Amino acid sequence: MGNVLIFAEHQHRKFPKSTLVAITAGKEAAKLTGGECYAAVLGKGIDDLASEVAEYGVKKVFAVDDPTLEHYLSGCYAAAVAQIVKEKGIDILLATATAAGKDLLPRVAGLLGAGMVSEIVAINADGTFQRPTYAGSAMATVAVEGSPKVVSVRATAFDPAAKGGSKAEVEKVTASIDAAAKAATFVSFNETKSDRPVLTEARTIVSGGRGLKSAENFKNVLEPLVDMLGAAMGATRAAVDAGFVPNDLQVGQTGKVVAPELYIAVGISGAIQHLAGMKDSKVIVAINKDEEAPIFQVADYGLVADLFKALPELKEEITKLKH
Amino acid sequence: MKILVTVKRVPDPNAAIKVKPDGTGIITENLKYVINPFDEIALEEALRLKSAAGGAEVVLVSVGAKTSSEQLRTGLAMGADRAILVLAEQELDSLVVARILQKIVQDEKPDLVLLGKQAIDDDANQAGQMLAALLGWPQATCASKAEGLESENEKKGIPGIVLSGGTGAQVAREVDGGLETIQVPLPAVVTADLRLNTPRYASLPGIMKARKKELKEIPVASLGVDITPKVKVLKLEPPSKREAGRKIGSVQELVQLLHTEAKVI
Repeated sequence: MGNVLIFAEHQHRKFPKSTLVAITAGKEAAKLTGGECYAAVLGKGIDDLASEVAEYGVKKVFAVDDPTLEHYLSGCYAAAVAQIVKEKGIDILLATATAAGKDLLPRVAGLLGAGMVSEIVAINADGTFQRPTYAGSAMATVAVEGSPKVVSVRATAFDPAAKGGSKAEVEKVTASIDAAAKAATFVSFNETKSDRPVLTEARTIVSGGRGLKSAENFKNVLEPLVDMLGAAMGATRAAVDAGFVPNDLQVGQTGKVVAPELYIAVGISGAIQHLAGMKDSKVIVAINKDEEAPIFQVADYGLVADLFKALPELKEEITKLKH
Repeated sequence: MKILVTVKRVPDPNAAIKVKPDGTGIITENLKYVINPFDEIALEEALRLKSAAGGAEVVLVSVGAKTSSEQLRTGLAMGADRAILVLAEQELDSLVVARILQKIVQDEKPDLVLLGKQAIDDDANQAGQMLAALLGWPQATCASKAEGLESENEKKGIPGIVLSGGTGAQVAREVDGGLETIQVPLPAVVTADLRLNTPRYASLPGIMKARKKELKEIPVASLGVDITPKVKVLKLEPPSKREAGRKIGSVQELVQLLHTEAKVI
């Protein structure tokens, strides 16, 4: 007993890093419970994807290939995932807390009458979980009783799984999705076009706060540095609220949680809400003219300076370095 | 048309939260409480849908201790019509809250339930989706304003959720990498993200009027719902502290250190 099922989310017919993170967490959970680790892949025409996920050292892959699953929609997806959990004797359903993961897992938990713990950062030896709460002001130890349980994982908390071991068997599952579950329909997807790396997968992130003062300054002062470093651009909730940048750039408890190799915080005071989303970054640089700003309490390298002077200079110095 | 909006009492997001030394909770002395900011956005949306539709009833519901009536009064002052407080002093998990809300929905029969996408205390982001599952209703989470908060529509107070003739709703959702639009038939559950609207403040006349509006208290025991939580917080601890590094004197020095010491550029 104690079998684990990973919901293997795919985007643009690929498995993003967040899915590989879920596989690692799922294997860890299975090791603790002494059960097997399975993966579920849902979609339309997904033979290749099911076959790919089978290479990551899971015991078996359940593939649900159905035209109604072409676009992710919570109703159909939740019905199919709940069916697998029930039919295959799953104890722990697990996925990364991406937009789809956050939308889907609680709905499945509702269908199953299961307890759910959100955005865990660790699994303890006794089967309890660690998760940040109060916008990162507290770390909670949480127990989930009963079976099945539903768990979402914070994308930065586990390393992505690598391919290896023998290839798992792929078992096709036919989902019975009733009319009510199909009630919602997909209308359109307005993709944020960007040549930059995705925030949650970037090696380097340059983020701006209210100190940037305007949307124009994000464009003319911050973006040149972002592009020169091949970085992703982030922002604080304050900068989003002020309308400088769209919300999908928001780093923080209510935005994206990131942990890049290098995080450069520009004109960011360091509200707890923001720190919760980036304090696990490997190296943090803060540039702020207020030397009392809380961001300096988490920064490895702090530069007390006017960003409008420091940023062009920074760009120049890095150019020198590269030549 | 009837819209049910959830209102959770949470600590002020700007307050510094400290964990009790014994790990049983947070220090609540002198803590200011507010409506969960995402619920406030949900309520603003309901009020806008009401004026756009030329009338609707906006009913608030909160689950918690008697003190939650403060937040319900604030919601009534913003413009909601009446409020329900399900009195529950004990610890609940999201599934229990969803079951309680399910009961309220079965009694009230709203066309739309609006919730904040998450509460800023436990940051679970579960109750709305669980409620939709229990009811067998469609859900649209993380509703946003397709045109953005700088748009003319926002300035005019036009809702982001587009109702089609009282039978369906079109919702733009914030997802990874962009904005997805879905159509859901009513009744449905919608949860509000940050960029759906900018909530109004309660006006003085609104506050005066709110005193006379109905705020009905229901003991949770009278609902006949299983309120045993499956999820239990065993302990709270202060988060691990990251050590502050050092202050660097110049940009030149910073770049050198990032190159030779941290080896990140």
